Formats: sequence, structure tokens, C-alpha cells
Amino acid sequence: MPRVVVSPILASVAIGVAAITLAGCSGGSPSSDASTSASSEAPRTVRVVTHDSFALSDAVVAAFEETSGIDVEFIPAGDAGEMVNRAVLSAGNPEADVLFGIDTTLLSRAIDADVFDPYVSSADTLRPELREAGLGVVTPVDDGDVCINIDDGWFAEQGIAPPTSLEDLADPRYRGLLVVQNPATSSPGLAFLLSTIERYGDAWPDYWTRLADNDVAVVNGWSEAYLSEFTAGGGGGDRPLVVSYSTSPPAEIVYAEEPKPERPSTSVMTDGCYRQVEFAGVLRGAEDPAAARAVVDWLLSPEVQADIPLSMFVFPARAGVALPDVFEEFVVRPESPAEIPAAEIAERRDDWIDEWTQIVLR
Amino acid sequence: MTRTGAGRALAAGVPLAIVTAFVIVPVLAVVITGFGSEAIATLAAAGTWRLVAYTAGQALVSTALSIALALPAAYALYRLDLPGRRVMLAVITVPFVLPTVVVGLAFRELLPFAGTTAAIIVAHVFFNVGLVVRVVGSLWGHLDPRLGDVALTLGLSPLRAFVRVTLPLLRTAILGAGALVFLFTFTSFGVVLVLGDPALPTIEVEIYTATVQRLDLSAAAGLALLQFAIVAVVVVLTTRWQEAAAVRQRLADDERRARPRGALDRVAVAWTAALVIAVVIPLLALVARSLRVGEGWGLAWYREAVAPSEASTRTTAALESISLSLQYAAAATAFAVVLGALACAGIVMARRRGAWLDAGLALPLGVSAVTIGFGLLLVSLRGPVDMRDWWILVPLGQAVVALPIVVRVVLPLLRSLDPRMRQVAATLGAPPLRAWWTTEGAITLRAFGVAAGLAAAVALGEFGATAFLVRLDTPTVPVQIVRLLGRPGEANTGVAAALAVMLLVITVFIVGIAERLRPRRTGGW
Repeated sequence: MPRVVVSPILASVAIGVAAITLAGCSGGSPSSDASTSASSEAPRTVRVVTHDSFALSDAVVAAFEETSGIDVEFIPAGDAGEMVNRAVLSAGNPEADVLFGIDTTLLSRAIDADVFDPYVSSADTLRPELREAGLGVVTPVDDGDVCINIDDGWFAEQGIAPPTSLEDLADPRYRGLLVVQNPATSSPGLAFLLSTIERYGDAWPDYWTRLADNDVAVVNGWSEAYLSEFTAGGGGGDRPLVVSYSTSPPAEIVYAEEPKPERPSTSVMTDGCYRQVEFAGVLRGAEDPAAARAVVDWLLSPEVQADIPLSMFVFPARAGVALPDVFEEFVVRPESPAEIPAAEIAERRDDWIDEWTQIVLR
Repeated sequence: MTRTGAGRALAAGVPLAIVTAFVIVPVLAVVITGFGSEAIATLAAAGTWRLVAYTAGQALVSTALSIALALPAAYALYRLDLPGRRVMLAVITVPFVLPTVVVGLAFRELLPFAGTTAAIIVAHVFFNVGLVVRVVGSLWGHLDPRLGDVALTLGLSPLRAFVRVTLPLLRTAILGAGALVFLFTFTSFGVVLVLGDPALPTIEVEIYTATVQRLDLSAAAGLALLQFAIVAVVVVLTTRWQEAAAVRQRLADDERRARPRGALDRVAVAWTAALVIAVVIPLLALVARSLRVGEGWGLAWYREAVAPSEASTRTTAALESISLSLQYAAAATAFAVVLGALACAGIVMARRRGAWLDAGLALPLGVSAVTIGFGLLLVSLRGPVDMRDWWILVPLGQAVVALPIVVRVVLPLLRSLDPRMRQVAATLGAPPLRAWWTTEGAITLRAFGVAAGLAAAVALGEFGATAFLVRLDTPTVPVQIVRLLGRPGEANTGVAAALAVMLLVITVFIVGIAERLRPRRTGGW
């Protein structure tokens, strides 16, 4: 077997370059950390771990930092499930001080793992139905509804009345029109499954058998469903019904180019919606629990709560916060959205998903 | 000889230590945390073996197709004088930097069979064919053309001459490229999630649902261990085959490209043109998407990308993201090239044991990104120092991903060098440095130039490790694109497409420059 002898020159050149590069790199940081610069009285920093969909206006964050003397650093940690699992694995020795964005489907898992230092910020300012939702451990910050979205233009063109109930979705008139997400990989997909379980109880497998017979399409994530399979998502899809959020229609207006359309081309079916409440909590083991609690309080402040609808397209948990016009005009809140207790979800979710997989994906 | 010993230890030790820190330690952390009787039960389940068979099957088909489609193009682009050669090379490298979500959504629009295994395979070929062209081409370009000519003179048909003479000379590069593609496609995540059949997950998707959705660390540990074992076996086997296939030969120190002549050359050129067009179509769809505004066309999404109309923790001006991406990519490229040089030196110096070093360095490509992400977190939480604020981890992580590619571009050339040439040069009175440069140095540097271009592309597009390590207010371009695609509304998808097009243009530019920077002694210009 022929072998090659590397030239010693090559090796020493490589080592020399390595030394130079490493030396050069230790000089500065490309992320130009201004925060590490020493100042006479270092401001307290609170790290808030969030899911990737988190957003707030810069001005709102800056105003808080100015008045409170607390620097807030937001750390994205993937989707909600990934974020919560990271918190569970680091319970007691957290990678941040505050966690924002855990929802009802994951709350029990975190509470069981003793992730939080119980803290509920001013419950009396919350909308009444949310006051107990945090189970005395975390604070509700916003909520939203996962609902079937309808491409009104498509139905008008076809001269068919859009569906109005879960039962309609299994009707042969609406055969091959619905796309849903896999509950094993998608949070709205799981929410829609939960809404059918709440409605049909132990007979939910039968409902899904009928949906499968009615040619429901399944994709793994929200983006594939909405942006590419939905007829109104801009990706040339052929399904006019999709599982999404009740606030997707106003988002279509807010994120349209000028001149903005007068009304959205999509609407929401108010039957079969599932309500997801998002919470913020102080992580057990936070470096500065007082400052962490101040940040949770701030998340419930009128300023943040008023910013939430257009930043994240969810509803403020605080009572009496005025909604932006597009919300007032184009979002219908379902009257009795489904909700399943966190503990029951924690206990049965894996079995439900397994059974759903057997029925729908076979 | 102690100096050589120390050099050998350093050359082998530094890259190994970094790869170990980034890969082995996190995987061990997950396995130690989750491994137990339940993990063994996961391994024994019948479903697990169907999962393995499906995952390996789609990866094998993807790899075979990528190689088959790439070989004629590698010939045409590296052996023939073609107009627009550098542009074509740059274009087929572009898929490498695009986030899989972007490509996945583009393919969902283009392919009538989205949501099937065929769609996964098409996307895998799209992503990897350029890699095969470049890895194989970088050796092919330096083959001594006289060998083929002799075969022709001896009466072999061009096809037989290729099979009997050229193919054996190229085998080491083909095996190296094939191993890379197999590892990429065996553990590919985004493509399978976006384009695959939800009823047919792969091992990586199952690891994702086990860790991220179910928090079932014992299942994750079992699957991660299984994946790691398969990957290790594949890496060791292909490394051995690759080594056994290495033929010591006299390589031309510049690439020899001839005018196309004969029917086979014309077929190869047409093939290459078809391949480039096939790669360009999804890219054009992306460009079209970025220009489609409402019912008409325009640059609105580019303006919005450059200067976001709302200031929020979610919006980052494109120039800022791009500048950050470029800084990380520059550092990552430097790391990858240096580590690659050390690794190649180490592999070659370690002789027989070099195969193990080589194998170890390729592991990052075949290890679940999800496992590494969670493992790094576990290490970081239980280890003595919290490293999450260290910016250097981002380019180092990217370099670890690019490292095996650098090694595979450079090593076949190094292995093929005939040391007697340098001895002859020295005998003829050349000073050692000059003897090295004229016989080996120029080729070696050129190979590193190609490798650096690819490493930069990998670093620019890298998502998994980067997403885990960057902060919310300082996303790289791919991270920002993926965030935008998580929301409804024309502006979000439009700006995401505009950013993807900017990333694409930057890549063509960088890869094009890397091509140009190669020494100009090549015949023809």
C-alpha cells in the first residue's frame, strides 16, 4: 500500500497559521458586546428565555430598561416544546431568569419538574377567566385561538358555502379541502387534535377516521401547511381550509404591501377552536429573583400588553387593554373554545398522538 | 525524531480535541442522561429497524443519484474549457447555503409529488450534487491526461478508457464525496420534515420528536446511540475503502482543460447544462417569490429587508444580519482551513492510524444536530463554565461542520502526490522550499483554496449549530429567514425570500472569488 509522506514544511506552515489565527481571533468579538463593557454601577441583567416566535417593539423594551435599570436580554430557545424541555433539563440551574411562552399543553411537564419559583403577578388585573390559569405558579401573559382558517375567495369562486362546524369538515361536500399539521411535530396540530378530543370525547378516533376518509392532508409543520398547501398562503396550494390561528386574517393585512387590502381574504371558523394561554414564570435558581419578578410584572404592564397584539398576534391577558383596529374589525373570538386541563394533557398526550398516528397516517 | 512526534501529536490532537468537544462530549451527555433499560427496549422494537431501513434506504438512493448525476458535470467543469465555467460552479454550490426550509417550501411549490420519499430524494440531490462535483472535480482536474490518452491509443473506447483508467484513479474522491453525501442525507432533518411523508419519519425526525416534543430522553438516547453507531461504521468503512482506493500518481500541478471534442464530450456538456438548469429552476422560483409584491412585481421586500419599517426584537436590518453572517463565516473558514491543514497533516503522518483520525473528523456530519444541541446544553448546565456567551463557539461549530469537507477536498490530492517527485526535484538541485512548492505546494494551496470556498459556503448557510448559539437580537441570515417563515403574511415570506436571494448572491460572489484567486497558471487564460 503506497503511503504518502507529508512534507514537514506543510505541517509547520499549518501550525504557524493556526497560531496566528487563534491569536488574531482572541482580539475582538464580531457580536461587539457592548453589554460587557464595565460601567460604574453595572445594571442588573435579566435573561428571558423565549420561543422563536417571541417579539416586542424595541421602544417598549428600551423604555423599561431606562426606567427600571434592568437590562433585559431575550434568548430564543427554539419552539415552545424545545424551550420548555431545555428548562426542564436545567431545572434549578436555569440558563435564564425568566421563561416566557410556555402554554397549557406543556405547563404540567414544567411544574412537575419543579422548573419555576411560584410567582403570579397581580392576578386582579387579568381577564377573569385567566386568573386561575397559571395554577398559582406562573402568570398568564397572552392567549390565542387555534382555529380553522378559510380562504373566502376560493369558496366564493366555487359557489360553495364555507364549513361552519367540525362536523362539516367530515362532510363529503368538503372532501379534500382541509390541511392539518402532524400533532407529533407541530403545536397548532396538537391544539387542533385536542379541540376534537374535547368535542368528541372517547369517540374522537371515529371523527378522525371520518376526516381521513374525507381526504384530510397532513404535513409536519405550520409553514408547510399555511405557506404552501393553503390556497391563500401565497405558495400556490390547493387546500382552502387550514389549521392556523384566529389572528392569521389580520396578520395578512398588517403584513401586506401598500396599498393594504381593505379586508383580509381569509376568515376563521369559530367552531372547533382551541385556546392556548401563554405564561411567564420566574425560573427556580434565577440569579436575581427580585429583578426577575419585576420583569414578569412588566410583561403584564399596560405598555407591553398593548404591544403584544401586533408584535405576536395574540391577545393581552390584562383586562381592559384596547385592541388595535385590525383586531377589533377582523378577529372573531370563539365563544366557547376548547381547553383541556394541563394535567390531563400531560398524562395522555403521548397516547393520543400515537393513536392519532395509527388512524390518520396508518 | 521527537520534534516530528510532537508535531504529529499537535497536528492530530488539535482538530480531534475540537471535534471531540463539539460532538463526542454532547452525545455522551445525552446518552449518559437517558440511557437505561428503556433505551435498550427502544433499540429492540421492530419499528426501530423499519426506521433504520427507511432512513438508510433514502440516503443510499440520494447518494447514488447525486454521484451519478455529478460525474459527467465534474468532467465537463474540470476537464473541459467551457465558457461560464466559474459561474456554473458557483451556481451549483449555492444550494449548500440555503436553509432547508426555504428550499423545502420552494420545492413544495414546484414538485407535484411533495410529501413523498421521491420529493426528499430530489431535494437531497439538489443540495448535494454540487458538493460531489467539486470534491471529485478537484482531483479530476489534476489527473494526468496522458494516462487516458494512452488507453485510447491502445484502442480502448472512450467509455472503456473511462471505466478502466479514469474511474480507478478517481475512486478515492468519489468514495469521499459519497460518504459525505450519505452522512448528510442519513441525518438530514429539515428536508425530511418539510418535504417528507409525515407517515415516514427518519431516525433524526424521531430523535427530534423524542427530545423536543415528548422529552423522552431514553428513547432519544437509544436512537442517538444507534445513529452514532451506524454513522461510525459507515465512516470507518468508507475511509478504509477510500484509503485502499488511493492511487499514487503524478498529478498535474495545474488543471488541464481541453476544448470539448467528440460525442462523449458533447454529452457531458449537455448533461452539465441540464444539471445547472435543474439547480437554477428552484433558485429562480425563489427570486421570483422575492419580487412578487401583491398582484404585481417590485423591490418592496428588499427595501423592507434592508430597512425594516417596524423596530422590534424580531426585525433585524438585512445589512446587520449579513455583516454578522459574513464575520462568522470568515472566522469559521479560517478555523476550518487551519484545522483541515492540521488534520490532513495528522492523517498523512499517522500512516495506518490516520484512517481513524479521518473517521473521527467526519463524525460531526453524521451525528444528530438535535442530539448535539441538547447535549451541549446538558454539558453547559452541568459543566464548570457557562459557555453560551462565547461568540467563538458559533464559528467553531460551523468550522467543525465544514472540516470533513475540507479534508475530503484536500486529502485525495495529498494522498495522490508522489513523494519521489520532490526527491527528484531536490536531487536536481532545487532548494527544499522550491522543490516542495513546484511539486506539491502549488497543488496543495489550490486545493485549500477550493476547500476554503466550500467552507465559507457551509458556514454561511449553517443553521443547526448556529440557531442554538446565536442570540435573539443578533441572528445570522439563515436564522432570520427561518424565523420569518414561521408567520403568516405576505411581507414575512417576501422578506424571507429577499434575504435568501441576498444569501444566494453573496455565495455566488464568494465562491466565484475563491475560484478566481486560484493561481493563474492554468492553461487557457
